[in-house]
Amino acid sequence: MIEVKNLTRNFGSLVAVNKLNFAVRPGEVFGLLGPNGAGKTTTLSMLCTILKPTFGTAIINGVDVTQHPSQVRRMIGIVFQDPSIDDRLTGRENLEMHANLYGVPSAEGKKRIEEVLELVELKDKAELLMRTYSGGMRRRLEIARGLIHYPKVLFLDEPTIGLDPQTREHIWAYISALSKRESITMILTTHYMEEADKLCERVAIIDYGKIIALDTPKRLKEGMEGDMISVKAEAVNELAEKLNQLNIVKSLKETHGELKLVVKNGGAMVPRIVEIAASLGVRIESMSIREPTLEDVFLHFTGREIRAEGGDEYHGLAAIKRRGIK
Amino acid sequence: MSELRGIYTLWLREVKRYTREKTRLISSFIQPLLWLIIFGSGMRFASTGLAGIDYQKFIFPGIVGQTLLFTSMFMGISVIWDREFGFLKEILVAPISRVSVFVGKMLGGSTDAVIQGSFVFLFSFLVAIHVGIDTFLLSLPIMLLITFGMVSVGLTIASLMESLESFGVIQTFVNLPLFFLSGALFPLSYFPQWLRWVSVVDPLTYGVDALRITILKGAWISIQPLYYDLLALVVFDLAMILVGTLIFGRTR
Repeated sequence: MIEVKNLTRNFGSLVAVNKLNFAVRPGEVFGLLGPNGAGKTTTLSMLCTILKPTFGTAIINGVDVTQHPSQVRRMIGIVFQDPSIDDRLTGRENLEMHANLYGVPSAEGKKRIEEVLELVELKDKAELLMRTYSGGMRRRLEIARGLIHYPKVLFLDEPTIGLDPQTREHIWAYISALSKRESITMILTTHYMEEADKLCERVAIIDYGKIIALDTPKRLKEGMEGDMISVKAEAVNELAEKLNQLNIVKSLKETHGELKLVVKNGGAMVPRIVEIAASLGVRIESMSIREPTLEDVFLHFTGREIRAEGGDEYHGLAAIKRRGIK
Repeated sequence: MSELRGIYTLWLREVKRYTREKTRLISSFIQPLLWLIIFGSGMRFASTGLAGIDYQKFIFPGIVGQTLLFTSMFMGISVIWDREFGFLKEILVAPISRVSVFVGKMLGGSTDAVIQGSFVFLFSFLVAIHVGIDTFLLSLPIMLLITFGMVSVGLTIASLMESLESFGVIQTFVNLPLFFLSGALFPLSYFPQWLRWVSVVDPLTYGVDALRITILKGAWISIQPLYYDLLALVVFDLAMILVGTLIFGRTR
C-alpha cells in the first residue's frame, strides 16, 4: 500500500529524516514511534505531500507522492498533530466543508457524514459549535473528518497528544474500531509506548531521523529475549552468586536487597529460581515477573528513555484551543 | 467544477463566520454613525462649494467608502487567524488550488464588507439623503468592485505577516492614507496639486467618486465619468487578485 524509498529531508544542515525505507501493507495499522523531534511528523508531512522530500520518495497506492501530489491527496485522510478545525462552525458544518473541498458528491456526502458521526459517537453534538466541544470531542471530530472522502490511507499524527488518560483510552477504542470496520490502512505517529503497543500491528522505532527497529510490538519485545523478574529475599547475595554460577540469567542487578533479572522465558524460570532458593535455604519474600515493554526496547536500542512529556507540548493559541479553555 | 465548489465552500464559511459574530455586526453600526453625526455636524461650517450639498451629505458616500475600505482590509485577518488556529492546514492540503482558496476567501470577505457597507445606507435619513432601492442596487456593484481589490490587499498583507500585531500596525499605515487621499472627507479640488497627483493612484478615489455619482446624483460634479471610475476599479481589482494569488500561493 505504501512504499517508502530512501526518504530524506534536510533542514539546512540538520538531517531531520535520514534515508527511511519501509513498506506498509494494505489494511495495516503502522506506527512510527519515537521521542519528540525524532522526525516522525516530518516523515508524515512528506507522505502527505505537505513537505517535499530532499530526496527519495514514497509510493502510496501506486502513486508517487513527489510526482502526483494532488492525486495522492484525494486518496489520503490526515489528522494533524495540532488542532485544525474551525471552532466558529458546528461539527456538521466542519464535516460538510470537508466533503465539499474533497468533491464528495453531495448525496453521498450526507450519508457519509452520518456514518462517520456515528462512528465517533458525536451524532447528538453535531449541531453544536465546535468551540463548545471538549478536547477529546474535537479530536474525534477530526478523525471523523479525515474519513469522509473514503481515503485509502489515514494518517494520524500524535492522535492523543495533550489528552487526559481516559480520553486517550476512548480515542484508542475508536481507532481500533475504525481499523476493523473500514478497510483502511493507517499510519500513526506517537511518542506514547502504550499507544503504539495497543494499536499498531507493526511499529518502526525512529530516532534522530533513522529507523532503529521495525517489527510487531510483540516481536520487538521478544527481541529483548527475556522477561523482567525481580526477587526480594533475605539473603539475596547468596542467591545471586548461585544464579551467576549456573549461568541461567542474561543479566543480574542487585539493589536494596532486591534482585533484578533479565531472563529468557520467565514463566519457566520462576519455579526454577524458587527451587534454587529453597535448596540454598533462602526464603523468598516476594517475586514479580513482567514482560518487557516497548520502553525497554527503546532503551535497549538507544540507551535513552523516551521522555514522556506532559503539559507544554502546545504553545500559544493552539494550546488554548486544544484544552478547550475560553 | 470541483474548484468552483471549493470556492463556494470557502465563501460560505467566511460569510457564516461573519454573520455569527454579533459584536462585529453591532460595532459595524457605530463607526459610521460617529463619523456622520459627530464629525459631520461638527464640520458643517465647511463649504463643499456645491449647490444643495452640505458637508454631511458630502461625506455620506465617503463614509460608505471608508467602511468598505476598513472592513475589507480587516478581512485579511482571517488568513492569520486560520494559520494560528491550524485551520489553514486543512484547507491547504485539500485537493483544490491555491488560486481557488484565495478567490473563495476574497469573495467571502467582499460579501462581508459589502453587507457592512450596506448598513451605512440605513443612516442616509440622518443626513437627509433619499436613497431609494434603485440607488442602492446601483451602488451594489460599485461596492463589490471596491471590496474585491481591497480584500485582496488585506489578504496579501496578512499572508506576509507573522503575527496579529504586525498586521494591525501595517493596516493603519495602509488604511489611513488611502482614506484621507480618496477625497472621502474633503473635495479633492482643495488639495494642493502634488497631493492631487498622489490621490490619482489611490483606488478609493475612484470608488468614492463613483459612489457620489450614484448617491448624490446630479448635485455632484464628478471628477471623471462613471465608466472611467469603474474601469479604474476593475484594473485595480485584477491587479490585486493577481498579486494576491501569487503571494498567497507561496504560503505554507
